[in-house]
Amino acid sequence: MNIAETLLNLWNTSGFAKIFAEFLTGGWQNLVMILIGCVLLYLAIVKKFEPLLLCGIAFGCILTNLPGAGLYNQELWTNFMTEGHEAYHSYGTILKEGGLLDFFYIGVKTSIYPCLIFMGVGAMTDFGPLLSNPKSLLLGAAAQLGVFAAFLGAVALGFTGPQAASIGIIGGADGPTAIFLTSQLAPELLGAIAVAAYSYMALIPMIQPPFMKLLTTPEMRKVKMEQTRTVSKAEKIVFPIVVTIFVALLLPDTAPLIGCLMLGNLFKETGVTDRLSDTAQNALMNIVTVLLSTSVGATMVGSNFLTGQTLKIVVLGVAAFILSTCGGLVAGVVMYKLTKGKVNPLIGSAGVSAVPMAARVANKEGQKANPSNYLLMHAMGPNVAGVIGSAIAAGFLLSVFGG
Amino acid sequence: MDIFTNFNPAGFVECLPRMGIGMLVIFVVIGLIILTTMLINWFFSK
Repeated sequence: MNIAETLLNLWNTSGFAKIFAEFLTGGWQNLVMILIGCVLLYLAIVKKFEPLLLCGIAFGCILTNLPGAGLYNQELWTNFMTEGHEAYHSYGTILKEGGLLDFFYIGVKTSIYPCLIFMGVGAMTDFGPLLSNPKSLLLGAAAQLGVFAAFLGAVALGFTGPQAASIGIIGGADGPTAIFLTSQLAPELLGAIAVAAYSYMALIPMIQPPFMKLLTTPEMRKVKMEQTRTVSKAEKIVFPIVVTIFVALLLPDTAPLIGCLMLGNLFKETGVTDRLSDTAQNALMNIVTVLLSTSVGATMVGSNFLTGQTLKIVVLGVAAFILSTCGGLVAGVVMYKLTKGKVNPLIGSAGVSAVPMAARVANKEGQKANPSNYLLMHAMGPNVAGVIGSAIAAGFLLSVFGG
Repeated sequence: MDIFTNFNPAGFVECLPRMGIGMLVIFVVIGLIILTTMLINWFFSK
């Protein structure tokens, strides 16, 4: 074999040759997706849009669109989901024929990653504000309005029920919940939904304030809320146990998410499992974030992502966020009226989950209206209630469409 | 482009009850959590 032949063989097996040879039949899509991956990296690194997640998602997107690398094989997962195919639900086939990102993706498919992330979130969450003011849970429930409104919008735009449910959950403003539900109901939309969910979560400081001003009066925004009572350690220990039992018995489909959230919280509150709490909050959370983000990015295959559907998801996602914010704010206004001005309705906007960003935005807007106003702890109640609320919404949608 | 096709207003109307049921389920479950929390508060204040 001469040098020219060797070089020719090398060129023919390269990804460049594949891109040029298949340019019109899909190669251009790979190039566009690599470009999108670079834009997402820019947003993560320079603009600091959810960098911990978006960095991995963007890099996963680039890796999966490198022809010939074989890191992620869309057709394996299509066969995995095709009833009657010999590889139907066969993880053995994935392990035998898949690439590195296929192996990572098993954790998404089996819902292990979102649940472990929830465990970490639980270990970082203080339910104290919610326990001292249980009524704030209602704001977390009202802020799920966008989930169902976007679900309806998606159905009207021609999505199937399971796809519409997955799009609607973007309104829960909870990345792991969106990934958990989408990987089970509409895995073909996972990349678009995850990117939309995390991008909008990063944009909360820009999306929410106009609607906060629109739905509340300056008088309402000035309200200073009373100091919440101190919650005992025993209450904080009993709460995750009791809630897990109640919610999992009522809606068994929520058990993985709520169970992990509350287990993480129990680790934090017991006082005898500090090492486990520390691991759940830091090491485990970081490792799972790496695996989750890169494998979600890997699903952004050009042929799947560059469709009109993605554009619809982007529009429906922002509508879901806005409507969820409005749902929480309207419930806040109702509480303001019922309590004769004791509740600042701005804390309702924190019911969209997105911990702690949404609570910080409520606090900031409150301080703009009244510089001596400190709403952060009051907003943390609806904020963590939003996490529970979106998990319940996901469980409901899973029980309806999960078959 | 499929953005303007597949428009399904009938599906929207059909799924409206599901939206109502979904929100109701969330409020019922959250309501039960509130009751449970109040019970915990009451029990530990004793």
